[in-house]
Amino acid sequence: MLSKRLIVCLDVRDGKVTKGVQFKGNVEVGEPVAMAEEYYRQGVDELVFYDITASAEGRPIDIEMVREVARRIFIPFSVGGGIRNLDDMRQVLLAGAEKVSVNSLAVREPAIISDGARAFGNQCIVLGMDALEVGASEEIPSGYEIVVKGGRERTGIDMLEWAKRAEELGAGEICLNSINADGTRDGYELTATRMVSRAVEIPVIASGGAGTSEHLARVLTEGEADAALIASMVHFLGFTIPGIKSDLAAEGIRVRLETGGGPAS
Amino acid sequence: MIAVLDYDAGNLTSVACAVRHLGHEPEITRDPEVVRSADRVIFPGVGAAGSSMATLEKLGLADALRDVHSAGRPILGICIGCQVAFSRSEEDGGTDCLGLLEGEAVRFRFAEGVDRKVPHMGWNEVRFGGPHAVLEGIPAGSQFYFVHSYHVVPAEPALVLGTASYGDIDFTAAVARDNLVAVQFHAEKSGPAGLKLLENFLEWSP
Repeated sequence: MLSKRLIVCLDVRDGKVTKGVQFKGNVEVGEPVAMAEEYYRQGVDELVFYDITASAEGRPIDIEMVREVARRIFIPFSVGGGIRNLDDMRQVLLAGAEKVSVNSLAVREPAIISDGARAFGNQCIVLGMDALEVGASEEIPSGYEIVVKGGRERTGIDMLEWAKRAEELGAGEICLNSINADGTRDGYELTATRMVSRAVEIPVIASGGAGTSEHLARVLTEGEADAALIASMVHFLGFTIPGIKSDLAAEGIRVRLETGGGPAS
Repeated sequence: MIAVLDYDAGNLTSVACAVRHLGHEPEITRDPEVVRSADRVIFPGVGAAGSSMATLEKLGLADALRDVHSAGRPILGICIGCQVAFSRSEEDGGTDCLGLLEGEAVRFRFAEGVDRKVPHMGWNEVRFGGPHAVLEGIPAGSQFYFVHSYHVVPAEPALVLGTASYGDIDFTAAVARDNLVAVQFHAEKSGPAGLKLLENFLEWSP
């Protein structure tokens, strides 16, 4: 049986991992490569490198960092945040990332999803989407609207419509981030996650709001997510990967309990 | 020399990184003569059977692989490399494959009412029938990372080295015969258990 995945997100700015509340007031927490290795050693299932700076300032992704991560950890990882075009995708994938994640770029140019899927395979393309709860209306029937620029700009696109469109275009996964829940540590947005999970066939990663193992357990069961993304819990709140996984296992959720640091490492 | 086959079937960086991490320098190649002279061959890949086979034939790598196989040197197939090692794949309207092993790659098909996502993507436990040299030191219950929509159905049960479950299906996740081992999962992205399998393969004398 397939395990539910636990994914750690490393937000990188100026070569350091940061994590702030609702994308404001980022504080520095550490060296990305060293942190990646530590989470790998603890048995994380996947990592996401999200380069906030690259996107906001139009700077290219730090390819050397991607290479260094690929040399040190032997689990899938994705890179997102600064992808501008197909060539950026190619560079990131050739540097050793398993997947690339596109978010606001795909809103502006949906064809990047289909072009990327055709060139590199659907499994390489993760669509990140930031959803804001706005209440159901004629324009936004699901009640959740896609926003970009860290939630600062609304797009008028309905979350479910966008999720289905992305799947048709060839996205291999959807990472759904709730702007309302992001950084709150009060729990994931269960309703939106379940809506997207039911609307598409591709795996859904829940993001935003994790503060306890119980939050993960709920989004992986009630929220019907295939994977849960966390950051603060392990960056500052003192949780460990094996600790969270054993909490999930105790709830009857299938996880991968092996840890890194085996004989070959 | 360890040859890693480069035939436009996805990116080889992860495989190369894993081999280097294990203390060997891989030769990433698309030259059939280099493949023929290799001590062992890793045959990775993601993508579709049709285009993979077309490229292997065009580059002369299909025959080179058959030669390495007959010469008894170790070959490790990974993911699409595992599927095209068989006689045939259903993919792309039916594709004739290398035929190093008897059997077929088929798409995941579940019983009525069993709703599972395809591709099968993520970590899953492989139950090994072992013993086999490439499995030494891998704890029972280990999980490996998979991304695939097709799985192999060997003609003979004796080929099966490991099985995994998805939906209502038990599918073949690893096969072995003589000097050939092939795995459906990405050993290079499967943490310590995957690295151990690769390390065992790099030291294996069938």
